[in-house]
Formats: sequence, structure tokens, C-alpha cells
Amino acid sequence: MIERLKQINPVFLVLALLFVAIAILSPYFLQPTGYMNFLKRAAPIAILAVGQLYVINSGGFDLSAGALVTLTVIGSSILLDGDASATWWVVLVMLGVGVIVGTANALVVSWLKVPSIIATLGMMITLSGVALTWSGGAPRGYLPENFRFFGRYLIKDVPLIKILPVAVIVMVIVCAGMWWLMHRTNYGKRLIAMGDNPKAALLAGVPLTETRIIAFVVSSVSAVIAGILLGGFAGVSTDVGVGLELQAITAAVIGGAQLLGGRGTVGATIAGALVLQAMFTLLNILGFPKPIRDVVQGLILISAVVIAGYRRRRSGG
Amino acid sequence: MTGDAIFEMKGITKVFPGIKALDSVSFSARAGEVHALVGENGAGKSTLMKVLSGVYQAEEGEIFLRGRKVRFQHPLESLTQGVSVIYQEFSLLPDRTVAENIFLGREPTNRFGILDAARMRRETRNVLALFGDRHRFGPDTLVSDLDVAQQQMVEIAKALSLNAQVIVMDEPTAALNDAECDLLFQLVEDLRGQGRSIVYITHRMREIRRLADRVTVIKDGKVAAAFDDVPETGQIVEAMVGRDIGHFYPDPATSDEVGAPVLTVHGGGNARLFDIDLELCAGQITGFAGVQGAGRTALALALFGAEPFETGTVSVEGQPVSLTSPRKAAKAGIAMLPGDRKAEGLMLMQSVRDNGMISARAFSNPLGAPNNTSVATLDQMDKLFDAFDLRAANYEVEIQSLSGGNQQKAIVARWLSLAPKVLIFVEPTRGIDVNTKAVIYAQMRSLAQDGAAVMAISSDLPEVLGISDRVLVMSDGKIVAEFGYGASETEVMHAATEAHLGLETS
Repeated sequence: MIERLKQINPVFLVLALLFVAIAILSPYFLQPTGYMNFLKRAAPIAILAVGQLYVINSGGFDLSAGALVTLTVIGSSILLDGDASATWWVVLVMLGVGVIVGTANALVVSWLKVPSIIATLGMMITLSGVALTWSGGAPRGYLPENFRFFGRYLIKDVPLIKILPVAVIVMVIVCAGMWWLMHRTNYGKRLIAMGDNPKAALLAGVPLTETRIIAFVVSSVSAVIAGILLGGFAGVSTDVGVGLELQAITAAVIGGAQLLGGRGTVGATIAGALVLQAMFTLLNILGFPKPIRDVVQGLILISAVVIAGYRRRRSGG
Repeated sequence: MTGDAIFEMKGITKVFPGIKALDSVSFSARAGEVHALVGENGAGKSTLMKVLSGVYQAEEGEIFLRGRKVRFQHPLESLTQGVSVIYQEFSLLPDRTVAENIFLGREPTNRFGILDAARMRRETRNVLALFGDRHRFGPDTLVSDLDVAQQQMVEIAKALSLNAQVIVMDEPTAALNDAECDLLFQLVEDLRGQGRSIVYITHRMREIRRLADRVTVIKDGKVAAAFDDVPETGQIVEAMVGRDIGHFYPDPATSDEVGAPVLTVHGGGNARLFDIDLELCAGQITGFAGVQGAGRTALALALFGAEPFETGTVSVEGQPVSLTSPRKAAKAGIAMLPGDRKAEGLMLMQSVRDNGMISARAFSNPLGAPNNTSVATLDQMDKLFDAFDLRAANYEVEIQSLSGGNQQKAIVARWLSLAPKVLIFVEPTRGIDVNTKAVIYAQMRSLAQDGAAVMAISSDLPEVLGISDRVLVMSDGKIVAEFGYGASETEVMHAATEAHLGLETS
């Protein structure tokens, strides 16, 4: 029984503890509006983190995700400028941008042999530059109500839970899709094999370039989706995506994903994202200012890596 | 016996979760002797040496070093007291010089605390002098410029510079060719002559006969036999496997087992290969002999598309194929079992099943279910594992917890799932114990009998001769001679070195 308990990823226990702490400090959290709003706020980071997990499991990093979130919000608002009838094609255009950015990242890594951390850092700077140039440095245009539907709308009068944010539905659907692709398909197994040992995977017949392209595209498309949600409930700003790629990496690492590839699950990564969000919520309740959140995020990132390494050594005997 | 032992381990017991790795093992070594430690993979040899050097701490038992009881908590403690272990995987920094590697972490400094490079070089030269003039490199040579045998010498030099009295060598010849092995044997004899005690871990009987003064056999964490001299090979093998292993190599193919040519190469060539004309037939095992660098591995890599041919044509069953990537080669029906299992074969963090299934998953619908691919199902894979007698706690454990032989079985099963027509084995039994070797040979034979063309490349010449129906000899990137079954080691070695020597003298 105790052996079984040790097998459980500690991220789930940490998450449970944080929920208890928040519930004690703020009983509002136990109300449907309380926890549903929490999930709504966590949705973009959860989606980003799972997208990031694809690249981490392949053995890389995607630092361009945050900048792509910003570009999505800025680009959508400029293209739309309040024209509700354009929403559907703007969403498609943005998803297309995600596919292009992801493919470009993967090809720079595969063909030009640039380490992913550098390739995507370059992409991050480029995308930030594009967003800034396009907007002229200040937010322009605005997002029509039907675009903001995904991030902001709450379905009311739902039995049991009373309200259900659309963002939570989006999160569940997108994460379920990414869970399926990672853990229930040949593609997911190829991806993890490649992250574990690219040479062995190549010699076993795994098409590395194709596998990598899909991983980066999943990450970029998840960034676009996260951007659409954030544009919905946070509105248009030029720094909406700043630092989100690091939050996504932190969430994956809290969930036990191995940096440089080969080990990491979607479920634990979502739990990692919720831990991060719960931590922020807790600090907020306790009245700490925003910079303290960054300090805490940094410390738990390091602790997560240390704890994961310690557990691995223990179980590795 | 206790009196002149440099070190003595008494009643060592080491328990890992769920398994007793060592059960009351006693082991010792005297000054000026080579004590061979043999046993199958997973028998506990390495664990015993890790207890000696302080990597692991034993639950029970005592260790005496020069009569004094010691308890090493960390390998550094044993190092400073004269116990050095040279593992199969070297711990050298490739971009540093020989001297920098030897003095890594304890660089000599002058009185201002600044690195004394001259002294470091001088002391390195002194240590290397113990090798006579056999090393052919100096203190300033970069480790990345050295071959495997020379890197091993650097490791030994490191031990000597620490004035190691006990030197443990873990399968030191695993990656060496014959000439390099001879050199190593001489070194080991020198070390013995200097009064050091050497614990020599190996699978190879030839080396035991050549070097050992005493032999201890470990099986399932216990001492199965301790000989005060070197007994008959049969006695050692019997103690290792606990039974008579019978025929070591399977019988050669009969004439009606050999079928039509499966793979044909005409005029194949690239930077390392020239004018390769080759025919591999169904049902036949073709062995490749040659000295290191003769082009055997290059040929395997070319056929598998990892380092493709640039000239010539290749056809499989009469159909021309383009082998420009491993994936294309595999699609054409060619499989390769890489020589360096850990670096090229295994996904170490994944389960045995995931390692076995990866090729089936690589060649079926990417969105399909991974346990039920169009190439193979998980059930079929499990049956293959069962048929190979693959031993693991269960097939879901990480493959890194398995012994080398069992890992190799998983890789063979991986390729069998694709039903290849040509199977290339590179160093199929490197680091694998005697008992499992026989199983792998039998497997290679039965694959041939099932109609595959099998290609065997190994730096162990008796192995190549023992398993092959015909032997092709390579030298300087060319195929220079062909022998049938039953060729002698001397004639093959002669063919392998003749052309080479001829070039050097002209």
C-alpha cells in the first residue's frame, strides 16, 4: 500500500494540499463560481503547458509560445477591429499562423541543426518584433463579443455546478485531444522514444523530422488557442503573453516531465499548471504583490527539478 | 591466505528493493595477482565491485584493506586509499588533454594557487613511462584524438597516478580488437609484476586462461565456485551457468537451407567503402571479419542507410532500392541491430514493451492505437519476448533495469516485428554472458532458417567463424577474401592483415 502511494506523482498531492489551503483561507473558493473561475483562469496556462510538453518530450524547448500568444491577441484585434462577422476566418488565420510558426521552429532545429532553445528564442524575439511593429507599440482595434466568447462567456444555470465557463470546455476538449495524441497513438510513442534517445529512434525507423514538426506545431497551435482565450477574458494588451512560455515549462516540470525528453505525461502536466495557478491564487489571497509570484515560481521550478531527480535516484536503486 | 591479501571482503550482503543482489559473498586479492571475477550478467559482479569502491554500502559484511577494516561511503574515499575501478564506460572528457584528464579535480598548483601545467605534464609523462613506449600519445594529446584502447590506457594511467594498489577492470576488452587486446594483456601483466592486485571481470575464457592466477565465479549473488588456480574452461562455464551448455554454436546451414540471393550490391562505394560487390542469400549467415577500421561497420551502416552508398546499386529480391535513410532501408526489408546497444539501440527510460514495439509503431498509421498496430500487436510482442525467454520482473519495467542479454533480446524482437528479409547484427554479443550468447547464436540461426539473410559483424573472430556459413574478409574498405564454413582463425587473420601490411610497406 505504501509502495503504491510512493508511485503516485507527488504533484497530485501538492495540488490537493493547495486546494485545502485555499479553501480554508477563502471559503468562496468552494462555491461553484469560485472554483469555476479558478479553472477558467487556469485554462490558458494548462493548454500552453500541455503543448509545451510535446516539445519537452521530444527533447527540446519552445520559448516562442508566449510571444505567439501576444501576436495572436494583437493580430486578432487589428484584423477584426470589432467586426464580428470576421471572427471565424480570423481564428482560422491565427491557427494557420500557429502551424507555420511551429513548422518553422521544427525545420530550423531539424535541417539547420540549431538547438531548439536557440531556434525558439530567435522565433520569440522575431514574433515580439512583429507584434510590436504591427500594433505600433500600443494596442489598436478591439475584439468583438463573439471572439471574446471563448475566453469570457459563462454558461449559466448548469445543474450541480451552476456555471460553466466556455474556456473550461475549450480546455477539456483541447487537453483531451492532446492527451489522446500523446498517450493513445503511435505518434505519441514515437515522440517519447525520440526524446529518450534520438539516435536509437532514428535507427528503429522513427521519422524524426516529421515527428518534431508535429510536436512544435501542437505547441504553437496550443499557444494560439491560449491567446484566443486570454484575449477573451483579459482583453488586448501588448504584454499579455510575456513570460507565459516559462510558466508553461514550469508547469510541465512540476508535473514531472523530464527536461531533454523521454518522460512526461499530459495528466501530470495539467496538474502542474493547476498547482502553479493555485499557488498564484494563494499568494493573491495572502495579499502578496505580483513580483513575489515570480520569486515563488522560480523557487518551485528549481524545487520540482530537485525533487524529481531525487525520486528518480531513489526508484532507480 | 588472509595474511598477504591486499583487500578482503567477508560475507558481503547487499539488498536492493525486492532483490538480494549479493548474498554473503567473500572475495579477496593478493599483491601481484590477477583475480578473474566471472559470472553471467546480473550475477552481481559489478555490484560487488561497487561495494568495494564505496558506490554502494553493504547491509552486512566487512571489508579489510591491508588488514585494516574500512567502510567507504563514497568512491572518492576508496580512490584515495588505492582502490581504482575502470568501468566499461570511460569517464574521460573528450575535449581535454590526457594530462588534464588524469589530474582532473586534483590539478597540481604552485605556491600562488595557480595551475602548475609543467608539473602536471611531467607527472603524466612519468606515469605513461610505466607503459614503456606502447601508448603512442603524450600528455598534451586530446582525448578525442585517441582510439578506444588508448583511452583505456588513460584510465589506467589515472589509476596509476593515484598509486592504486587494487585495480578493478570491468570487461576491459569489450571494445578492443585483437591487437589492442594483446597490448592490454601486456599492460595487465606489467601491473601484476609491479605488485599491484588486479580484479579482472570478463566473459571471455581465452583471457582468463591468458591472465588469471585465480578465478571466482559468481552466480545469482552468491559465490558459485572459487578456484585457487585456473581450472578447465568447462569447469568455469559449468559453475557460471549451473549446467553443461552443450553445443555453443549452432550447426551451419545445409545446402538446401540456403536459398536465392536476397540482397545484391554492385560497385557500392562511399568515403569509407570501395567497389563493394556483395550477395547475401536467404537462409545463410554471412560473417564479416577484418581489423578495426577495415570497413565492416561502414558496410553495415551503408546497407542500413545510416551512412549511405554514394555509388553503385543495391537491390533486394531483384528490386532496385534506394537506401538513403534507415527508414528507407527498413521499408526495403533491411534491419540492423546496432553495436552500441545503449547509445544506438535502447530508449532507456521506456518500458521493455515500448522498446520492442517502437519499430512497429514507426511503420504504421501515426494516429493508430500503439498496442494494436497494423504491423504487430502487443500480444504478439509479448509472445516474442516469451519465446526468447526474455527475463524481466515484468514487461512494463524500464529497459535499463535489464541485463545486456535481455536488452538485446528486446531489440531483436523489435526488428522481427517487421519481418525483415535481411538482418544485420553488429557486435551481437558485446557485453553478454556466455549462456545468453548461445541463445543469441541459436536465434540468429533460426532466423536464417526462417528464410532471412543474416549478416554478422563482430570483432570476436572465433565468434564470426563459429556462427557463419561463409566469411567475407574486409580490409581498407574492400572485400578482400571469402572463406567457407570451417575456416581457421589463422588463415582469416592472414587475409585480414595481408593487404593492410602490403600497403604499409609499399
